[in-house]
Amino acid sequence: MSKRIDVNDLNVYYGNFLAVEGVNINIDAKSVTAFIGPSGCGKSTFLRTLNRMHEVLPGARVEGEVLLDGEDLYGSGVDPVAVRSQIGMVFQRPNPFPTMSIRDNVLAGVKLNNKRISKSDADALVEKSLSGANLWNEVKDRLDKPGSGLSGGQQQRLCIARAIAVAPQVILMDEPCSALDPISTLAIEDLIEELKTEYTVVIVTHNMQQAARVSDKTAFFNIAGTGKPGKLIEYNDTTAIFNNPVEKATEDYVSGRFG
Amino acid sequence: MSNTLTAGGSKGRTGDKVFSGLALFAGCLILFVLFCVAAFLLWQALPTFSADPADITGGEGFFSYILPIVIGTLIAAAIALLIATPVGVGVALFISHFAPRRLAQGLGYVVDLLAAIPSVVYGAWGMTVLAPALVPVYEWLAENAGWIPIFEGPASQTGKTMLTAGIVLSVMILPIITSLSREIFLQTPKLHEEAALAMGATRWEMIRMAVFPFARPGVISAVMLGLGRALGETMAVAMVLSGGALMASLIKSGNQTIAAEIALNFPEAFGLRLAELIAAGLVLFLITLAVNMVARWIISRHKEFSGAN
Ligand SMILES: Nc1ncnc2c1ncn2[C@@H]1O[C@H](COP(=O)(O)OP(=O)(O)OP(=O)(O)O)[C@@H](O)[C@H]1O
Ligand SMILES: [Mg+2]
Repeated sequence: MSKRIDVNDLNVYYGNFLAVEGVNINIDAKSVTAFIGPSGCGKSTFLRTLNRMHEVLPGARVEGEVLLDGEDLYGSGVDPVAVRSQIGMVFQRPNPFPTMSIRDNVLAGVKLNNKRISKSDADALVEKSLSGANLWNEVKDRLDKPGSGLSGGQQQRLCIARAIAVAPQVILMDEPCSALDPISTLAIEDLIEELKTEYTVVIVTHNMQQAARVSDKTAFFNIAGTGKPGKLIEYNDTTAIFNNPVEKATEDYVSGRFG
Repeated sequence: MSNTLTAGGSKGRTGDKVFSGLALFAGCLILFVLFCVAAFLLWQALPTFSADPADITGGEGFFSYILPIVIGTLIAAAIALLIATPVGVGVALFISHFAPRRLAQGLGYVVDLLAAIPSVVYGAWGMTVLAPALVPVYEWLAENAGWIPIFEGPASQTGKTMLTAGIVLSVMILPIITSLSREIFLQTPKLHEEAALAMGATRWEMIRMAVFPFARPGVISAVMLGLGRALGETMAVAMVLSGGALMASLIKSGNQTIAAEIALNFPEAFGLRLAELIAAGLVLFLITLAVNMVARWIISRHKEFSGAN
């Protein structure tokens, strides 16, 4: 149910602008990997190349390889739609579909491609996914109400439920807690801990404590200056990154002496 | 301390007051104009309702005079909407989500140009180009689909029929529906489009999940605006349709719309006839009002799920 990701010499462009340069990284299956780094260094950009969401922006393209259990996501003949259904994504701002009920939001991905699903199977899946996102008890009595009526933290967990409902191999999260209060943040961190047992999780965060708390490995990205491409500076076990980093830039950043 | 608070506040408050006053004035002005128009129509139309039914055109009272042209108006507008809605929404979607950026800009520009063409020009085009061109089509329809009442023959030899009028109207309202729908489609939150794409939706599935639900009320408003224009269009219909009694067939001469009836007869009308035509105008006004209220009702039915909360 979960696969590893290996990235080889990846360059990411917006038109002619090289945003991220020369990334090599190996992400283990069933682990949590955190991306940290200053604003604008390309964390989101790089994350979005992992499920081919980068290329939905006009002019955006990549060079290099992203291997999902050895299979190149950018190989010829690979359908980006199929890639995205295997690699789920949770965004910085909660984005449940406002016109759909909570239940329909959870089922949205499953119902794609006109897949038929019986009512009892759907009910079971909704309960399983919402429980998996620690949201079931809060919403079980109002599954038919719109998802936009939930609190921000609940909406974000609904988005996580929506992502895990399709049983993806990998879940990508781009600052999933940055719009949330500390309690909701804690709930989602607990959830990430649980997700790790079944999925490969990659999370972008600005919160150093969060990276230290939830991740097994941490990747530090940095940028030399405006207009320069972002680069992967150091990638190691989280404890190593925070306690004895190899690179000076990493040490400066994690100890708050950045800039 | 409290001094600075009150002093600083008062300046901003004048602006607030002026603006809210202006807004209130504008709102009241619209209501007042609407009220004046309605009152004028009602007052001028009154003689029709008190007149002897035998004196009304047709000789059987106002109701039997107005009913056929009300139906004719609705038929013309319905044909126009039936054609223009799918085409308009389709073109809007192509411009907003499928066409390469250059092409999209050009297309959008052309569509906006269509809206700027005066209705007389559409009328002239419909009369001299479209109507003759459609004659063979109508003949074919009469021959092969004549058993359907709306295609009953013999087909008009001039092509100046209800169907032609409806087609001309659809071309006229197409730009309204297209430009408004396009604007709305473009405003779909990227957030929701990406949510759909990120879970493996194809582009069409993304449009169904994120774009259409978001745009639905706006597209309905666009269609209603188009309908308003189709209902009220005078010149083009008057030129393209050789009117007559109400009939089911859309490919024979006949049928009439309220707006064209008024335009054609107004110049020579006086006395009771004038009151009749104004009463017809009042009816058109009421139809448009009803259509708008139905549209509002449709939009508000799904308010809870509109994403406005
Ligand atoms: N749509 C876009 N078009 C062009 N350039 C972009 C686009 N999105 C991001 N960039 C550029 O790519 C670089 C990396 O941006 P990115 O959003 O990946 O940074 P980030 O590390 O996620 O920052 P943050 O921590 O603030 O989210 C920046 O220089 C940014 O200006
Ligand atoms: Mg970012």
